[in-house]
Amino acid sequence: MNDLSMANTATRKAFDVQAIREDFPILSQQVNGKPLVYLDNGASAQKPSAVLDAMDRYYREMHSNVHRGAHTLGDRATTAFEGARETVRSFLNASSTREIIWTKGTTEAINLVANGLAPRLKAGDEILVSHMEHHANIVPWQMVAERTGAKVIPVQITPEGELDAESFSSLLSDRTRVLAITHVSNVLGTINPVADMVKQARARGIITLLDGAQAVPHFQPDVQALDCDFYVFSSHKLFGPTGIGVLYGKAALLEAMPPYQGGGEMIERVSFERTTWNVLPYKFEAGTPAIAEAVGLGAAIEYLSGFDRGAMEAAENALLERANQLIETVPGMTVIGTAKNKVPVMSFKIEGLHPSDIGTLLDQQGIAIRTGHHCAMPLMDFYGVPGTARASFAFYNTLDEVDQLFAALKKVQRLFA
Amino acid sequence: MAATEQDFLDNPLGKNPTLEDVLDGFEFLDDWEDRYAFIIDLGKQLPAFPDEARIEENYVHGCQSQVWLISHYDEASDKLYLLIDSDAMIVRGLAAMILVALNGKSPRDLLATDIDELFERLDLFRHISPTRGNGLRAMVGKIRDIAATAETR
Ligand SMILES: Cc1ncc(COP(=O)(O)O)c(C=O)c1O
Repeated sequence: MNDLSMANTATRKAFDVQAIREDFPILSQQVNGKPLVYLDNGASAQKPSAVLDAMDRYYREMHSNVHRGAHTLGDRATTAFEGARETVRSFLNASSTREIIWTKGTTEAINLVANGLAPRLKAGDEILVSHMEHHANIVPWQMVAERTGAKVIPVQITPEGELDAESFSSLLSDRTRVLAITHVSNVLGTINPVADMVKQARARGIITLLDGAQAVPHFQPDVQALDCDFYVFSSHKLFGPTGIGVLYGKAALLEAMPPYQGGGEMIERVSFERTTWNVLPYKFEAGTPAIAEAVGLGAAIEYLSGFDRGAMEAAENALLERANQLIETVPGMTVIGTAKNKVPVMSFKIEGLHPSDIGTLLDQQGIAIRTGHHCAMPLMDFYGVPGTARASFAFYNTLDEVDQLFAALKKVQRLFA
Repeated sequence: MAATEQDFLDNPLGKNPTLEDVLDGFEFLDDWEDRYAFIIDLGKQLPAFPDEARIEENYVHGCQSQVWLISHYDEASDKLYLLIDSDAMIVRGLAAMILVALNGKSPRDLLATDIDELFERLDLFRHISPTRGNGLRAMVGKIRDIAATAETR
């Protein structure tokens, strides 16, 4: 347990989903004349008032540019901004805020790392990803591979949607330079055994990156225990604002990497003879950052730490369990991704129905899900489907909403009969 | 088997049902279930689409599902015939709706048809997501391009 969660133990609220829903103003509206049932949390999660208020208060009371230090507002903004960085550090249990870099999100964080590692890559080197990656953890590596002559190689998966351990061990070799794997699959919900994989990779001196975009909304990672070199996530999936995300990186590696973008803030001294870089984390933060968004993300994490995360996970598991029980009530419904260890995400297909038809007709009933390829086309190819329908749950969803989803699916089926 | 002229001529949409038939049927339905059931039914009337026409050249980009569109212009009668296919049922229904309005017309008449006004009358856009709306517009755009090319021949 880290400092932040310890400090909050005393103030932790009991897990009461109805009370929690009151914290999320957007959830109480009607859509198409029906109460909104929001089951697209994997794409982006909703924001509690605590986040909205923190951002509002930031703009009303403390906005100014950060790190300029000439006046009181600038100091307030800097304190709030750097306070959020400390909140993220504590959330991830990183050893220092020097290791917490603000980015626009997961996508930018992975691009930053891929670019930063490019000078170490050469023809014949291999970058290991997996068949279940989001495009954000494939394409940046392909772009760097194109430049350097390295190759991007996918670890195979099993039909249940788990990483194939044998494929992984057989692909680890002297040529492997980077292992970039998702902690949790956005389509399948699978929680990958990343601690063990990082251990195997590190034993061979391989640099490791974990894509935590779909993990952090469901549980709290400990980057020191995982021992990965990089861990990345987006604020907007963690109940925080869009436009900001986090790159955690081990200080030694970040020090050795070249900057990603040039500009203000990231320099120590500029002259036409020689420009020197600022210290970590600023070396990777060119330009005026997303200050209010950082403050909002900090507020989201603090909001979450007010709960007993164990109770939250139990509540989420109950949602998934209920969904699993109801699957057989819809004839022809198949779930894609049946890993033993998974977060409450349910990708599915229904015989004779196109995912987009399902999505449209659920929307008519006030139920928001995602349909399509989920930015994971190699995974769609693996399952031989053009896309899936995906219901992704958050801790503010209720068992009743799960029931509504299945009742609505049966209605969709009747319409096509 | 490639699409023959007969395949195009056999497409009844536009003659049976006509646009008036569809408007009469649709406008009486006031809840979303009946409207969608109607659209899905209409989609079932789309004639078979030749397999080998499912190629990149005939693909309509900008839709959530896969959509293909081919055409045949009969110069003698100055009529433009269309066939559309999709793997999603609601899209098939909307495509059928478009064909009812545009199939078997002269390019000039087709270009003069205000399809947006038709959709507004059907109150369709209220019932479909903006992404689906974009797909519809992409289909209509492609048809209008074909008509414009035929007209200048
Ligand atoms: C596993 C995973 N990685 C990366 C991303 C990209 O995140 P963002 O678009 O916030 O950069 C997502 C978002 O869907 C994701 O689910």
